[in-house]
Formats: sequence, C-alpha cells, structure tokens
Amino acid sequence: MGRYLLRRLAIAIPSILGISIVLFGVLALAPGDPFSELASNPNVPPEVALALRAKFGLDDPLFVRYFHWLAAMLHGDWGFSFVSRMDVSTLILQRLPTTLLVIGSSQLLALAIALPVGVLSATRPYSVFDQVANTLAFIGFSLPTFFTGLLLILLFSITLDWLPFVYRADLGVTGWRWVWEEFRQAAMPVAVLGLFQGASWTRYVRSAVLDVIRLDYVTTARAKGLAERVVVLKHVVRNALTPVVTLVALQMPAVFGGAIVTEQIFRVPGIGSLLISSMLANDTPVIMAVTFVFACLVILFNLIADLLYGWLDPRIAYR
Amino acid sequence: MAGSTLASPIAEAAGPGARYVSPARETWRRFRRHRLAVAGAVILVLMLLAVGFGPFLWRVPINDIDFNAMQAGPSWAHPFGTDDLGQDLLARMLYGGRISLSVGLAAMLVAVVVGTIVGAIAGVSRGSVDMALMWLTDLFLSLPALPLLLLIIYLFRDGLKALVGPQLGVFILIVAVIGGLRWMQVARLVRAQFLSLREKEFVEAARALGATRWRQVVRHILPNSLGPVIVAGTVDVAAAIIAESTLSFLGLGFPPDIPTWGRILYDAKDYLDIAPHWALFAGGAIFLAVLSINFVGDGLRDALDPRRVM
Repeated sequence: MGRYLLRRLAIAIPSILGISIVLFGVLALAPGDPFSELASNPNVPPEVALALRAKFGLDDPLFVRYFHWLAAMLHGDWGFSFVSRMDVSTLILQRLPTTLLVIGSSQLLALAIALPVGVLSATRPYSVFDQVANTLAFIGFSLPTFFTGLLLILLFSITLDWLPFVYRADLGVTGWRWVWEEFRQAAMPVAVLGLFQGASWTRYVRSAVLDVIRLDYVTTARAKGLAERVVVLKHVVRNALTPVVTLVALQMPAVFGGAIVTEQIFRVPGIGSLLISSMLANDTPVIMAVTFVFACLVILFNLIADLLYGWLDPRIAYR
Repeated sequence: MAGSTLASPIAEAAGPGARYVSPARETWRRFRRHRLAVAGAVILVLMLLAVGFGPFLWRVPINDIDFNAMQAGPSWAHPFGTDDLGQDLLARMLYGGRISLSVGLAAMLVAVVVGTIVGAIAGVSRGSVDMALMWLTDLFLSLPALPLLLLIIYLFRDGLKALVGPQLGVFILIVAVIGGLRWMQVARLVRAQFLSLREKEFVEAARALGATRWRQVVRHILPNSLGPVIVAGTVDVAAAIIAESTLSFLGLGFPPDIPTWGRILYDAKDYLDIAPHWALFAGGAIFLAVLSINFVGDGLRDALDPRRVM
C-alpha cells in the first residue's frame, strides 16, 4: 500500500505542474498588464505596485517568470489582497474549512441517496421503482444548481419561512443551539449540491451494479444458498463500486463548480464566493490563488479516489 | 460492386426479402420507442421555433420601460409578467433564448470538432503522440472547469470587447472557452472507437485495396465512430447551456443589456419575495431546455447502440 501511495503521488506531481502551466499560461497570455489596475486603484500606493512588478519579475523571460511564480505558489507566498488588506493565504485558510464542510456533507448526502436508490433500481430493473428513480435522476441533474437554490429559497425561506437563506459565519450562540443553527443554515446549500450529485451518481451506481449482477460468480453465490441481501451487499456492491469511484473522481471538478454557485446564492463565506467577489473587485492575486487551490483540491480528491480504488480492488495495489 | 461474390451466406439469406433501410431511418425508428426522448425532441423543436420566430410575432420591444407595470405578474398584456423596470419578460426571454441556445450549439460544435481531431490523431498514431495527447486529455479532465472559465473570462473579457465589440466579443469568448474545456470526453470516445475500428476487417480490406491513411480515416473509420460522438455532443449542448447560464448568473457572462436566461435569473434573484414569476420563468426555461436535451441524448444513446435490440 505504501509503494502504491508513493507511485500515485509521483503521478499527481506532473498533473499539478501541468495545471500550474495552464494557469500561468492564461495569466501570461491575458492582454494587457495583469497589474495595470493597480495604477488606478487608490488603495494601492505606487511603491507597492512597483514592488509587486519587481517581485513577479514582469520583465523577465516567460519561463523564468513561470518558475518564480511556481516557487512562490508552492511556498504559500500567494501575495496580498488589496481589497481585504491581508495576506491571500490567511484569507483562503479562513474560508477553506467552510467550503470543505459544505462540500463534504453534500457528498455524504449524495452518497446516502445514490447508493441505496441505485442498488435497488439495478436489482429490480425496469420495475416501476426503477423507472420513477430514473426519471427523477434525470430531472435532478438537469436542474442547474443555481435554479434549485433559488427554488429552495423561495419554498423554505420565503413561503414557509423555516430556514435562513443567508449563511452566517458567526452565529453568536453556543452549545446545542449552535449545532442546530449551523444545521439549519447549512441545510439548503448542502441539499442543493447533494441532490445534484446524488442524481448523477444514482445512474452510475445503477449501471455499474447492472453490469456486475449478471456475472457468473453472483449466480454461484446465489446457488450456494446465500441470502439475497448478502449476495447484493457483499458480492455485488463492493465490485460495482470500483467503476463508480472512478466516475465520482472524474466529477470532482464539476462538484467544485457547483460549490462556487451554491456559495454565491446562499452567501456562504467559503472560497467559492471569495473567488466571485474578488473577480467583481478585480483582486487578481486572490483570483489566481483560489483557482490554484481549486486545482489542488481536484488533484487531492483524485488521489483519494485512487487510494479508495486500491482498497476496493486489491489487485490494483499489487500491480 | 456488380458481379462480386457475396461476403457471407447470411448476406444472401437476407437478400430478396429484406428492404434496404438507411441508417438515419433505422435510428429514427429506434428513437421513436423512447417516449420521453420524443417528448424532449418535440419540446426542443417548439423552443427553437419560439426563439427563432417568436420575436416576429410578439413585437413588444425588449427594453420598453413601463413604470406603471413594474414587477407585474403574468397578465394578458404581459404573459410572463414584467421585471423591475416594467420590461416585458416574454419578449426578453424570446430574445435571450436565441443567445442561450446558440451559445449551447456553438460551444458543442467547438467541443466536438476539437475532440474529434484530438481523438482521431491519437487513435491513428501510435506511441508517443498518442501518449502525449492522452496525457493532455487527462490533464484537461482534472482542471477545475468553472474557476478556470471564470478566470479566463475575467482576464480576457476587456481585451476582446475592445477588439470586436461587446456582444460578439463575449459570445466568441464564452463559446471558445466552454467548448475548449469540454472536448475531452469526445476525444476519449473517438480514440477508443478508432483503436477498435482500425483493426476491423473492412478497414483492413480498404488498406489492402491501397486506400491512403487519410481515406481510411475519413471514409471508413470516422463515419463508423460517429454514434457515441453524436450522443456526447447532444449532452454537451445541455452542459454548455448550463455553463453559460452559470456565468451569466454569477454576473460574469453577457453584459446586462443582453437578457440571456441566466442573466434574467441573476437580475431576478434579489426580488424572489415580491416577483417570484420573474425567476421561475427564466429558470424554468433553462431547466426545460436542459432536461429535453438530456432526454434526447438518452434516446439517441439507445437508438445508436447497435448491440441493443429494439
């Protein structure tokens, strides 16, 4: 397992380098000077702008600039936010836990929907349950997250007045009250992301289980008299999960996209809404850093998926 | 080829009785079995007709400000109601729908063309070119698409606006970037098809008859690998419509005077309590378009899969 992890890490490094090249390329190709707005920004003294130009070495050749930029990124030296007047890394570290909390719980919700529904659909293919689930899944991933968010606000905050639609980082209460309030304000963002992901995962789980359930070893398991529950849970689902893990890992970029939208709708103070507000405020260092963090998160989740894959299918780890 | 021997006895057995059915007809016959897909196709055609010809029939200007009917609900004068300036929402949605749908179609074309070219080159060439292209594809697959999309639009928007005008500039940028970040699926599909098709007997026969590599690809391999590409392309239209609406919804897409569906939703989201119809019509249109396209894609997937008996 240790060697497998090392090998996976070795594969992840070129991906991070590739992504950093793409990001830097976009920045370098952008017309005009990315720091030109500093000159017109009254919050930035001219000497800071000059120091930044020198630090980013805007007059060096391209590849030298790339290595400087990459070294700074990897050191956690991500620059200074002119709007929030603090280091970008501090700003992001403040916001990151909220984003991870919302994304993490929504993925758990998605899993809690997709696994049982997908397995049940596949064990009774073309039944009424399967068809209803399939249609609902189609509706689920055709509903854009921004529209679901507005619909939920309309229903639960405005019509029924049950849930708050603005996420507050500082709730001003402690103990169980805090847990309850946190749950109430996180419910809608988590539901929006979780239902969207759950809908598309349901289809993956269903087709993966359908592929496995016809195999001979499943018939053998049934023939030797195992209960149907045991056959499905221990023999089918575990083997069906391997392709699902791959597909889920491929979906991670889309999950982060959905998180940006959701954070923006519910004003969740995470890095997604930070990205949007910095774009509207022309805060380039923050924008670059947040995009880089998103890219690293995608790679990290791919790595986790690879490890899960090795755990689910021991043949892979030994290869 | 007149006078040639039949390739197999089965071909002869099917001979006189069986009528030749063109692939398009056969696909249509199979597509019709999927009821939801047919419903989706009908809705989609109606939507295309509405945005195509609607503005000629419903001749209310999209920017006609009427302070007597601000945020009015649906009525005979304004079937979809009005927005905060009293502008007619039906007219705005018909106009914006043209842009939303054409962004979807154009971005799909970009994605399919780029993906087919990359996949075909990777599938035909072996060794290092194939490996490099597939590494590139995997790299693009692990890029966080929406943050990158936002970043590119943020950095390039002003430059392109100055170059070709605000509306066209943003259109080109959005189409190119959405298409440029969605070609990977098509490339993988095309490569996989090429890898299996190039070893098939009919391609070998063409090769033996002296067909050049170009002719083998264009006449024999490519047409036979189009099925999955068509399905992926259909689903890409839906994804591109969502991507454009997302950008507009975040306030970073088209300028405010171009009411795409996402932009209408962006403007409507602060008036949810007093004018819910405003958001519901625009969001409903996006949802209906995406759902119909996804169902059509599902129907095409069934219809174009030769292994599936229907």
